[in-house]
Amino acid sequence: MTEAVQRPIKSSEIDSKFKYEISKMHGGEKLMRCFQCGTCTSDCPIARFSDTYRPRQIIRMTQLGLKDRVLNSDTLWLCASCFTCTDRCPQDVEVASVIRVLRNLAAERGHVPQVFKEQCSSILESGYAYKIPELRLKKRETLGLPPLPKGNPESLGKTLRTVHFLKHVEKKGE
Amino acid sequence: MAKSKYLMFLGCAIPYRVAAFEVSARKILGKLGVELVEMPEFNCCGLPLDPVSHEMMLILAARNLALAEQKGLNIITLCPGCAGTLKKVNKMLKEDKALRDEINCHLKEAGLEFKGTVDAKHLIQVLIEDVGLEKVKDSVVKPLTMLKVAEHNGCHILRPKELIGFDDPEDPKTLKTLIEATGATCLDYMDETECCGAPSVGVNDKIALQLARDKLNHIKTVDAQAMITICPFCHIMYDTNELRIEKMFNEAYGIPVLHYPQLLGLAMGMKPEELAFNELRVDVSKLLKQVEGGA
Ligand code: SF4
Ligand code: SF4
Repeated sequence: MTEAVQRPIKSSEIDSKFKYEISKMHGGEKLMRCFQCGTCTSDCPIARFSDTYRPRQIIRMTQLGLKDRVLNSDTLWLCASCFTCTDRCPQDVEVASVIRVLRNLAAERGHVPQVFKEQCSSILESGYAYKIPELRLKKRETLGLPPLPKGNPESLGKTLRTVHFLKHVEKKGE
Repeated sequence: MAKSKYLMFLGCAIPYRVAAFEVSARKILGKLGVELVEMPEFNCCGLPLDPVSHEMMLILAARNLALAEQKGLNIITLCPGCAGTLKKVNKMLKEDKALRDEINCHLKEAGLEFKGTVDAKHLIQVLIEDVGLEKVKDSVVKPLTMLKVAEHNGCHILRPKELIGFDDPEDPKTLKTLIEATGATCLDYMDETECCGAPSVGVNDKIALQLARDKLNHIKTVDAQAMITICPFCHIMYDTNELRIEKMFNEAYGIPVLHYPQLLGLAMGMKPEELAFNELRVDVSKLLKQVEGGA
């Protein structure tokens, strides 16, 4: 994000409606309350070890309308969703939820790490987010565990039919 | 609704690679008179997909809740991520009629409906609220007074407080209380409520392992004989990855990482084999000798 922050801002890249777009979405409602105190960044476990990930900056860039910089940035995907920022923000911004809203929008553009696409196609196929190896299923027996409940891909598929994100998954999976 | 019979929601991580948690949890719950019924069918709780589609997360979670409602049973989970998600969505859909109607439109396609008639709880919440601390204490036949351990709650059992809210995220007490019920001492250490880093695995492994290493350092500083976890992902970070962290940062920890029900199981007098101790990566032989020796 540092690089994305330091590049001079051109007025043409500002989307003044972006903040309203986010504020209308579930979880993004309190974006405009942020007064940039920096509590979120100073308590963020990822920011401690990353040179680029700064939740406060993401919030500010979103307020300013730097839509493409925010949504195309790889650092957006570093958040661990630990909710420390959400619990400690003095303005109750629900920082982790705002970041989730931004990620959802980035994902709609197809900008999403591979691991999410893989988990999604695995869920559609079996119900489980990971492909559970045959060996593990056999091991359950030796450990005296009951058989794993099976997924119901047909029924699940019906409930998810209109979810937008799936267009990115099916394309990749096939 | 019955406080001794639950629908077991395993989640994805536990069947994938954390069998010891499931084996030991089923053992201690059996001993405490808690009956478990298997899910009729399964889909992921939805949490892993929240970052890419909040809508999909809501549908996946609501679908599980609707299945539990058909069975008329409350859900118990071993994964705090699953518990948190099911709890959160349950609360959101109960309180927001417009959202409930919207999600029910999706569920209807598969003949399901969310009504909001069941609860979802994590293992430790069931132990403290439904089984009760007294009963847990009474089940201890071999107090582990020789052990000094450190707890790691993990994030999703604590935060966000507003939606999870059964413990204090800044000073959590439940797990400590349950550990002390076994007779073991639970040590305080620095940054106890810090994230394990697991959600960053696959996006940035280095950051994830640095976070895990930090925690192992703090635990080593207070000379804990073991670390006690209640989350499959945290356990993978500290147990499965401990060797990797040692190599990467040129450190030596050798700290055994136990699932809480393994600790309680020992105190209930169960054998390590019954509690799948052989599934753990970090060597536990020294720890088990200390337990055997009683000093
Ligand atoms: S803690 Fe809240 S108010 Fe402070 S910078 Fe972060 S989002 Fe803004
Ligand atoms: S939820 Fe994300 S941004 Fe907030 S403290 Fe955790 S890792 Fe940092």
